Amino acid sequence: MKADTIVIGGGLVGAAIAYGLAREGEKVDLLDEGDVAFRASRGNFGLVWVQTKGLKMPEYARWTRRSADVWPEFSDTLLEETGVSTAYHKPGGVHVCVDEEELEEQVKILNRMNQEHGAEYYGARVLSRAELDDMLPGLGPDVVGGTYSPHDGHASPLYLMRALHAGLLKNGGRYHPNARGIEIERDGGHFAVRTPAGTFTGAKLVLAAGLGNRDLGEMVGLDIPVEPLKGQILVTERTAPLFTMPTHVVRQTDEGSIMIGDSHEDEGFDTTSKPRVMADIAARALRAFPFLKDLRVVRSWAALRVMSPDGHPIYQQSETHPGAFSVNCHSGVTLAGAHAMALAPMIARGRLDDDMAAFSARRFNVQAR
Amino acid sequence: MSATTKNRYDVAIIGAGPAGMAAAVEVTKAGLSAIVLDEQPAPGGQIYRGIETSDEKRTKILGPDYAAGRDIARAFRDSRAEYLPGATVWNIDSALGIDVSLGQGSKHIQAGAIVVATGAIERPTPMPGWTLPGVTTAGALQILLKANGVVSDDVVFVGSGPLLSLIAAQMLKAGVKPRAIVETVPQSRYVAALKHLPAALGAASYLLKGMAMMLSLRRAGVPIYRDATGIRIEGNGKAEAVTFTSGGKSHRLETTSVALHQGIVPNQQVTRLLRCEHEWNKSQHCFVPKVDEYFETTMADVYVAGDGAGIGGAVAARLRGRLAGLRIAEKAGRGNAQERRSVTDALMREAKIRPLLETLYAPSPEILAPADETLVCRCEEVTAGDIRKAVDLGAPGPNQVKSFLRSGMGPCQGRMCGLAVSEIIASRRGEPISEIGYYRIRPPLKPLLLSELAALESEEAVPVDLADESAALH
Amino acid sequence: MFKRAEETGAPALSFTFEGKPLKARSGDTIAAALLAADERIFRTTPVTETPRGPFCLMGVCFDCLVEIDGVPNRQACMVQVEEGMQVRRQSGSAEVIS
Ligand SMILES: Cc1cc2nc3c(=O)[nH]c(=O)nc-3n(C[C@H](O)[C@H](O)[C@H](O)COP(=O)(O)OP(=O)(O)OC[C@H]3O[C@@H](n4cnc5c(N)ncnc54)[C@H](O)[C@@H]3O)c2cc1C
Ligand code: FES
Repeated sequence: MKADTIVIGGGLVGAAIAYGLAREGEKVDLLDEGDVAFRASRGNFGLVWVQTKGLKMPEYARWTRRSADVWPEFSDTLLEETGVSTAYHKPGGVHVCVDEEELEEQVKILNRMNQEHGAEYYGARVLSRAELDDMLPGLGPDVVGGTYSPHDGHASPLYLMRALHAGLLKNGGRYHPNARGIEIERDGGHFAVRTPAGTFTGAKLVLAAGLGNRDLGEMVGLDIPVEPLKGQILVTERTAPLFTMPTHVVRQTDEGSIMIGDSHEDEGFDTTSKPRVMADIAARALRAFPFLKDLRVVRSWAALRVMSPDGHPIYQQSETHPGAFSVNCHSGVTLAGAHAMALAPMIARGRLDDDMAAFSARRFNVQAR
Repeated sequence: MSATTKNRYDVAIIGAGPAGMAAAVEVTKAGLSAIVLDEQPAPGGQIYRGIETSDEKRTKILGPDYAAGRDIARAFRDSRAEYLPGATVWNIDSALGIDVSLGQGSKHIQAGAIVVATGAIERPTPMPGWTLPGVTTAGALQILLKANGVVSDDVVFVGSGPLLSLIAAQMLKAGVKPRAIVETVPQSRYVAALKHLPAALGAASYLLKGMAMMLSLRRAGVPIYRDATGIRIEGNGKAEAVTFTSGGKSHRLETTSVALHQGIVPNQQVTRLLRCEHEWNKSQHCFVPKVDEYFETTMADVYVAGDGAGIGGAVAARLRGRLAGLRIAEKAGRGNAQERRSVTDALMREAKIRPLLETLYAPSPEILAPADETLVCRCEEVTAGDIRKAVDLGAPGPNQVKSFLRSGMGPCQGRMCGLAVSEIIASRRGEPISEIGYYRIRPPLKPLLLSELAALESEEAVPVDLADESAALH
Repeated sequence: MFKRAEETGAPALSFTFEGKPLKARSGDTIAAALLAADERIFRTTPVTETPRGPFCLMGVCFDCLVEIDGVPNRQACMVQVEEGMQVRRQSGSAEVIS
């Protein structure tokens, strides 16, 4: 059975687009790899984070905000359709600063964002230590202040994935694990994707294979320069509720575990856990919240972020292969709302809106020449 | 034996059971430096628990196989191996650096070779009521008896396997009569096992011991129910009764203490952490690390000795430990090929009883396919039905199931549910379990205090040239 | 019912469980000493708050978690009793901040 659209990559990006397309009434086949793969979606921190995003690209700042704005509706719809809660909360979020220098840097960013977008739209503000004490538990003596944005929030990336998969099936889409896209061919007006689980054909094609887009893009005339950037995260045993809002390094999940993030390591495709780096992550968290010292780490992991040269998303339709789209971003949780509710409808219409042009990968070629 | 002082050793041995102790003796005999790490406070492992402190009376109750551990422990204490008790290994890196927690702080040890001698754990036995207080593994009751002389006077033993009757017989000798033995071995297995009898006769002493144990239980009037099915443990907040069907009748036995056992399986945490290759052992019905004839894994200089390389029993564990030790010595140019061959021969003799045992005592079909409402992941309280639903959503294996359901994310880190989860996925997807695989294991191998982690010598988590790239945040 | 199989001359230690004074033998783990006193419920789970007690006694299952001298989430089967220890049931998720 031919699909309207084949989506390659069942991570948060691919699943959100596939879900959005299915809601638009399309017949969707979502192709994914097996149980173990480079899958940032299973290794992220779960923030829906707006503050400081898009400092050097106003379009990205606005796109991020648009996603945060639709997240409540997005999450409610998923719950309604699938019964799975994404554990999304939007109490706002805090960037905690442990020295004056960091605070100064944050204030600078805030001022520049206010200038670009207007303080009312941007909505973030600087917090004194005293204000922070009212918002967060057990701050360490080093904490000098922070910044707060009411648009920030957090969700369970794992439940989000489950909800998206369930939502896709509910809307008539199909999910195919163990179906890594190996080859893409044009077959008349269609795309044929060869996988170990058979060949899938569809009128349109969305590449959402994270780091895999580099190779897949070449097959449809797209140059997608994404690179891995390793991140490690620690998770503690469950504990009684302590945090009413997420911070950029520590957040408490609905289950009660404390998540502690995260490292930025340029190590290629290596995903081994590194205790020395884990130690630094732990030390940074304890500086902000010393009382966490008595909690035990029960899990840790390392995953690869999908980074473009400027860290911003890439959304693009192929010129040589119209109907083939590439979708890449780093913040797949934050942008899930926009991907499902805004980007998917554009793809369903067969054309990205004009204001998406800024996200084309052509921006890198221009810089290079 | 001396206290630890340095942090570089020719050989690091994890686990001070028969395999680890034997390996330590061999490598130090050959003049190599060795350290033995174990989370327990004293040597012995599971089989020889409490061996150095057990008095004459208790040792007699536990029998000559247990008493044999005394000499092994003594030889180990007399060796030049350093021994670090109360030491929990929580990470090993690919360069064979070991992070070990000593409770109040961690130590880093660099090894030239590693012998993983972490033994086995009891196979997870998901069944209705298995999480009620008062329900333990049979091995747990044996540990209580060996290490503490504590017994329960109304135990109902449920399951199958040679250990089940052994532990019941030991309880009897300790003066408390088990309430009953409820065996899950289907009748048909006895017929299937017959063809392995001739080979097993080569290890006749095991057969005789087994028969003697059953005889003593029967003589003492311990009721033995055979071919039991539909087993449930009932109780309100605590175990109160076991119900089951046997011989065409349903039974209800009141008890406060239920001991479950379905054999033991390799403890795979360390070899999985190291990403050694594993394979499915059909006969033992579990994953085992791939090893060569000297028990070296697919990772150079990493050996698995003892039950961790597949269940072979205490005598084989000791022999395997010696063999791995001899091999390491040989690689270091201090070999003794003749001795190595005699150990190999002894191992072959030991293996003769296994096919019979493995056929007869294969895990009960009921625990391999628990009912939908049965809890499989004890920590996160995930049922078999939840797992089947996640598979229906498309989850191809245990790692995706884990991320959908949190199974395996609790403090036991998947030890108690891993095999059962893989099993349920395999049958739901209709694929062989060898294709389905197992949880990925990451550090810390045991929960680790944040303060202890933070106190390690650290490496920048966010190098400066990346830190200001705000786009890379989250 | 759980009990001691034999009387040895091992020196006795005193500790408390939920405030109740109990005796242990030197070398006992907390789990063994509590079971010897026929205490079976060690904690309630964080997910559904159902009662649990030790299952494996070898450090694998984490069903024996208790609070020892104010520190939560400790494995009773892996910690030896010390004179004067105060042990409490762990209920649900542990609290870590005062
Ligand atoms: C440490 C860390 C912290 C993060 N924190 C946050 C956060 O707080 N908030 C936030 O919004 N985001 C966060 N992220 C980012 C978020 O996880 C990613 O943006 C998102 O998961 C990217 O989704 P993706 O689909 O592009 O890539 P992935 O999730 O990697 O998925 C790619 C999928 O494609 C499959 N695939 C690859 N090649 C093929 C092929 N040829 N054929 C078929 N399938 C293929 C893979 O198996 C995989 O399933 C974080 C990431 C990391 C690593
Ligand atoms: S009883 Fe299993 S960990 Fe303590």
